[in-house]
Amino acid sequence: MSTFLTNVFAGLALGSTYALVALGFVVIFKSTGVINFAQGGLLALGAYLGYTFSNNLALAFGVAVLLACLSAAVVGAGVERLVLRRMVGQPPFAVIMITIGLLFVIEPLITAIWGFDNLPLDNPWNLRTVEVAGLVLGVRDLWTIGLTAVVVVAFFLFFRFTAFGLAMRATAFDPEAALAQGISARKVYAVSWAIAAALATLGGITLAAGPGGLSPSISFIALAAFPAMILGGLDSPAGAVLGGVIIGLAEALTRGYQDELFAWAGSNVSVIVPYVLMIVILLIRPYGLLGTKDVRRI
Amino acid sequence: MAGRPRAHRNLVRGYEQDLRLFGSPLSRVGLAAMLVTLLVLPTVVQDDFWLSVLIYSGITAIGAIGLNLLTGYCGQISLGHAFFIGAGAYCAALVGGEAGLPLPVWLLASAVVGALLGGLIGPFALRLRGHYLAIVTLGLIFVGEHLWRNLRDVTGGNNGTSVLAQPEIGPVDLGALEVAGENYSRNQGWFWLVWVLVAVVALLAKNLVRTRPGRALRAVRDHDQAAEVIGVRAGRYKIGAFMVSSAVAAVAGALFGAYQQHVTPDEWTLLLSIQYIAIIIVGGLGTIFGSILGAVFVGALPALIDEYSDAIPGVSSSAGGDGVISVFALNQAIFGLLIVLFLVFEPRGLAGIWFRVKAYFKAWPFSY
Repeated sequence: MSTFLTNVFAGLALGSTYALVALGFVVIFKSTGVINFAQGGLLALGAYLGYTFSNNLALAFGVAVLLACLSAAVVGAGVERLVLRRMVGQPPFAVIMITIGLLFVIEPLITAIWGFDNLPLDNPWNLRTVEVAGLVLGVRDLWTIGLTAVVVVAFFLFFRFTAFGLAMRATAFDPEAALAQGISARKVYAVSWAIAAALATLGGITLAAGPGGLSPSISFIALAAFPAMILGGLDSPAGAVLGGVIIGLAEALTRGYQDELFAWAGSNVSVIVPYVLMIVILLIRPYGLLGTKDVRRI
Repeated sequence: MAGRPRAHRNLVRGYEQDLRLFGSPLSRVGLAAMLVTLLVLPTVVQDDFWLSVLIYSGITAIGAIGLNLLTGYCGQISLGHAFFIGAGAYCAALVGGEAGLPLPVWLLASAVVGALLGGLIGPFALRLRGHYLAIVTLGLIFVGEHLWRNLRDVTGGNNGTSVLAQPEIGPVDLGALEVAGENYSRNQGWFWLVWVLVAVVALLAKNLVRTRPGRALRAVRDHDQAAEVIGVRAGRYKIGAFMVSSAVAAVAGALFGAYQQHVTPDEWTLLLSIQYIAIIIVGGLGTIFGSILGAVFVGALPALIDEYSDAIPGVSSSAGGDGVISVFALNQAIFGLLIVLFLVFEPRGLAGIWFRVKAYFKAWPFSY
């Protein structure tokens, strides 16, 4: 039982990270209609910036995280302004390829600046654990789950109760009508990229604070957040969180029971579990658990 | 002067003439020049490095034609091209290597396997469009990688497997060609084999896209529902495009494996798919000619960078060496940059530039 609970806990922590990244996807998709494959690059960039602020400049961890999120947000908005703005109105193929191209430009940039080696991120959580009711829980995992919960609540409050949140929802719903009401679509686009980049950075830093440390392959985690987004529904923030948690749980449980239950499927099955789940979901409910059903008119 | 004036070279008189691929005298000269180059080039350039670069470009051109049929003509985004290429290579290892069957058999076998796999993935394209299809085919890459690493009997796991398929047609062994007492090296034989196959695949693809299926594919690309309204079975053509595209990809994979003689699962990653996408974007979406052009430009890049990594400042030849950026990372960055720059500034690719130049001279001295 306790192994099961430990696995569930690990899954929740992993799922929280996925949820953060997937939330970023959804923000961009809802407001601009773009699926941002470069999210992984922004995630890695943010995490490495966090490393620079925390290790090299020896800032307090909280400050470093905040600064990293802010600078990643600036980069995100800059990318939108410089590249994506030119692609408004282009077919999805071109836009998807642009973001993939960006991913493949950002990754080498990161390795060129910070190198290929694993870097240990200075953080107050480290490998400390606390014991709750007989369960050994990692402090980092607790923080990840807690931070995600806070961010998700803040996110929903922002969209529900602030004027700019309303403007973003209006733009997502009908860009032209929103423009007619005097909402600046440019500002909305830039802010959604900034929010997505900040969310990705937070996800990246919580990951990098874990046992693996920081390595360029961290950007792949964002690819695994795609299934989370699809599972929840492309245009549903609540779905992104739900999908993230489900995918995280599934991955952690498969990893936990690899030897007992999944030995037949080869080693490291947990890596592909998100994708397999995604394919199954797409066959049953193509619009995801909470997404809007796509009605096509001629 | 007496007599009837000669018709202008661009005048088309009748369907038969219109259907000719090489109709005008100038393009026939071009065709002849290409054929002569194909025959003579390996005897002029005997250097193994340059020949291998050209062979890899040719193999890549075949795969790129396949992807262009799917993405450029039918408009289906596939990030899973590397999966089919890998499948082709392993099929060549089994049929050509272990069973020891001749060239036509292992090429056809890979094509059939590729078509079958494409037929399995194709139905996804019926339910999913645009974004979703891109993500599912991304999943295919990861699931495929897992398969290649774990199906040790076929793929040799992480260590890879030897592909001992030989380029033999009956008594002729293209790996050690002997014509009229003259011996040709392995690379020379492979050059002829690969580029003849490029020509064959290009011709097949060209004829496919300028007849009914091709028009149907483009109709599906531009608006699949409108296509259905005018009587095109969009579903059938989408699956068909997937099958043809992956069959061609598998042939390219089989050639790749057999030429390289050893393949590991590390080769069929997302980067390979991205390389192919970069090729068709740089070459020109929706043109067969562009796929080949793109393959020669982009396909040769990794090999050239690898060869001249010492000469480029700031590039280290290994991940641990000095220098700002590794060869691998540089390749990645170049593919990414090419995709972004071409999509933003020249969406029709190199082929688009070529057509503009051609149109200019065709109408010369008038500007339109």
